[in-house]
Amino acid sequence: MLGITLGVIIGVLPGLGGANGIAILLPLTFSMSPTSAIIMLSCIYWGALFGGAITSVLFNIPGEPWSVATTFDGYPMAQKGKAGEALTAAFTSSFVGALFAVIMITLLAPLVASFALEFGPPEIFSVYFLAFCSFVGLSKEPPFKTVAAMMIGFALGAVGLDQMTGQLRLTFGFSELLSGFDFLIAVIGLFGIGEILLTMEEGLNFRGNAAKINPKVVWQTWKELPRYWATSLRSCVIGCWMGISPAGATPASFMSYGIAKRVSKRGKFFGKGEIEGVVAPETAAHAAGTSALLPMLSLGVPGSPTAAVLLGGLLIWGLQPGPLLFVEQKDFVWGLIASMYLGNVVGLIIVLTCVPFFAAILRVPFGIIGPIILVMCAIGAYTVHNNTFDVVMMLVFGVAGYVLKKTNYPLAPMVLAIVLGDKAEEAFRQSLLASQGGLGVFFSTKLVSTIMVLGLIALFWPLIQEFFSRLRSSRVAT
Amino acid sequence: MKSLNKGALGAALLLCGTAFTAAQAAWEPTRTVEIIVPAGPGGGADQMARTVQGIISKHGLMKQSMVVINKAGGAGGEGFLDVKTAAGNPHKLVITLSNLFTTPLATGIPFSYKDITPVAMMALDEFILWVNADKPYKTAKEYVDAAKAAGGSFKMGGTGSKQEDQIITVALEKQTSSKFTYIPYKGGGEVAVQLVGGHIDSSVNNPIEAVAQWRAGKLRPLCVFDSKKLDYKDKIAGDLGWDSIPTCKSAGIDVEYLMLRGFFMPPGVTPDQVNYYVDLLKKVRETEEWKKLMSDGAFNQSFMTGKEYLGWVANEEKRHQDLMKAAGFLAQ
Repeated sequence: MLGITLGVIIGVLPGLGGANGIAILLPLTFSMSPTSAIIMLSCIYWGALFGGAITSVLFNIPGEPWSVATTFDGYPMAQKGKAGEALTAAFTSSFVGALFAVIMITLLAPLVASFALEFGPPEIFSVYFLAFCSFVGLSKEPPFKTVAAMMIGFALGAVGLDQMTGQLRLTFGFSELLSGFDFLIAVIGLFGIGEILLTMEEGLNFRGNAAKINPKVVWQTWKELPRYWATSLRSCVIGCWMGISPAGATPASFMSYGIAKRVSKRGKFFGKGEIEGVVAPETAAHAAGTSALLPMLSLGVPGSPTAAVLLGGLLIWGLQPGPLLFVEQKDFVWGLIASMYLGNVVGLIIVLTCVPFFAAILRVPFGIIGPIILVMCAIGAYTVHNNTFDVVMMLVFGVAGYVLKKTNYPLAPMVLAIVLGDKAEEAFRQSLLASQGGLGVFFSTKLVSTIMVLGLIALFWPLIQEFFSRLRSSRVAT
Repeated sequence: MKSLNKGALGAALLLCGTAFTAAQAAWEPTRTVEIIVPAGPGGGADQMARTVQGIISKHGLMKQSMVVINKAGGAGGEGFLDVKTAAGNPHKLVITLSNLFTTPLATGIPFSYKDITPVAMMALDEFILWVNADKPYKTAKEYVDAAKAAGGSFKMGGTGSKQEDQIITVALEKQTSSKFTYIPYKGGGEVAVQLVGGHIDSSVNNPIEAVAQWRAGKLRPLCVFDSKKLDYKDKIAGDLGWDSIPTCKSAGIDVEYLMLRGFFMPPGVTPDQVNYYVDLLKKVRETEEWKKLMSDGAFNQSFMTGKEYLGWVANEEKRHQDLMKAAGFLAQ
């Protein structure tokens, strides 16, 4: 309980993500037994996962990288006065995603671990490729603006040390730029500060303050949710797959949102406050976040930054993650899995009971809440690297975000490129090194060719659709 | 007038006196102490820093608390520059790995080990040549011969670019006139798993990064890059232990490489302040938890402080410069 409450608080503060939170609290657990320590820490992890959605929906500020896709429909819903519905949908689908992943871990752990071993650099690149492809053409903006925004994102993502050659790129001799632009700072600035500037321009009030505070909202939303079972199931599968292959929760949420928009009958309305657009990314992100723990336990490779810190904890408690952990430390592993079930159920209950309170935040006049958000953003940006320069960076990104929004350049592709650009580049170059420069490596095994073909289909889907509809109409004509 | 002068003199004396007694009493931290880790969370340096933090808080070795902060940007350059610019701050420590030498040499950032104050060497980390256990190579010689026959298509995975793993790879190539394709990854754990999955042919992982896979029978150690065998007798995989791994030299590969795991402080701190941390770290080394970490990771338990430590670091810097020059890794 304590862990989850702490976790939610940590998740609400943008920047102070699960990884930082667990790193700060890790030393407290050294005097506990490993099993109770991991339960405490994984509860913080769940709490942070839940909490990340709150600021995305209410203020358009994603608290975690994987909450970005939640803002696309969550925030418009809040603006329409449906913040309660959006939060309920977000929390419930997080729960569904996590539960699906836990069940999978419980039943299929050894099988899944061996699947993770299949992923070398070409496979990982193909997964990122699929993530980008399923996202192209999503935006309402003109394609050239989307591409331009994505390219700016790639350029920003390239700043810092080049992992492949060990050379510095685009730092122009500034030591502040050594570590590149952290994604979180860009997001807090672009979305958070940009949004505050926009709101100020529009007359200092939230468009979402019509939110009704009604405890029944939870039940009403629940009645509506089973309709989206197909989206949920698909997102669960995407999430688990992304979590196990070390791609992680962020591509999972983007990919799931992209595919849901393509497949859904109401796809046209995505981005304007569609509940399905909240369900899809949240389910996938949490299925991924949960299943990311599996490769950590069975292979010793963390699937997310938070898992990396937990991994450090395991070693200090004298547990050696690896193929034998499941055999030698049964108590610990099953204790952890039990805590996943428990943590999720308790977490869901806590956050759901708070939905009306969270929604009520929007009733507070902007004059009061605006400065508070600003301070929270600054704290968040500072905690990423404990660096005041980052706060300045955040403000610069904020102004940039405002200008981009005013000129109708979409922010989402840019953010996607900053997050995944350098990772995709790394995997691409690792693959080419291994293949001595031959592009054939991306079609060399069944697994990688399947994913690449899926990516290409996703990329050209609008064309394919048009082709089929023409085919159909020509048949009707003849 | 005279009495006033006397009073002033007395006050001055008194002030001197208090300053003197304050200096006499051993220095102690007065606020939270930061450990900067110039690498990401989950890696070897990070694990060691967090273990030290855990031991200190568990045994109450220090009145103030301690926090670990990762500053991994620019291959650790971010962390080192942070310590360099914190001149005179006695509440900051930095734990180093080989990037203390390799990062400034490869990137040309304005930093050198001379810019910071050495505190203590805690241990040296070993390097082992690993292959997938499904492959037929039983000795380092068999493996290198196979690599030679393949003419450069064998893939060696390692952490980072132009850092320790790649330096060892280049030294190995020079010694045996073989050729490998070096593929850089983000972390050692990732490299070990890529080796298990068969995406690379070998790695030079630290013991602690690959031990779990060895125990599970997925990886096989071929030789250790040290002048003598490892001194840990516990059985790890079947009847094999760390001490049954031959040295690379005995297999005809005359390459030795050990990585520093030690602490430094910002420039301009007083000897009292350094001594406080030396004593603190000595206490850490005596705990059971520390000994367990050492044997889990088969560390070389050398401990050095003061001049001896500084001399060792100066030597290593020279050696890295030579190695990296020979490999063509120096910044232009």
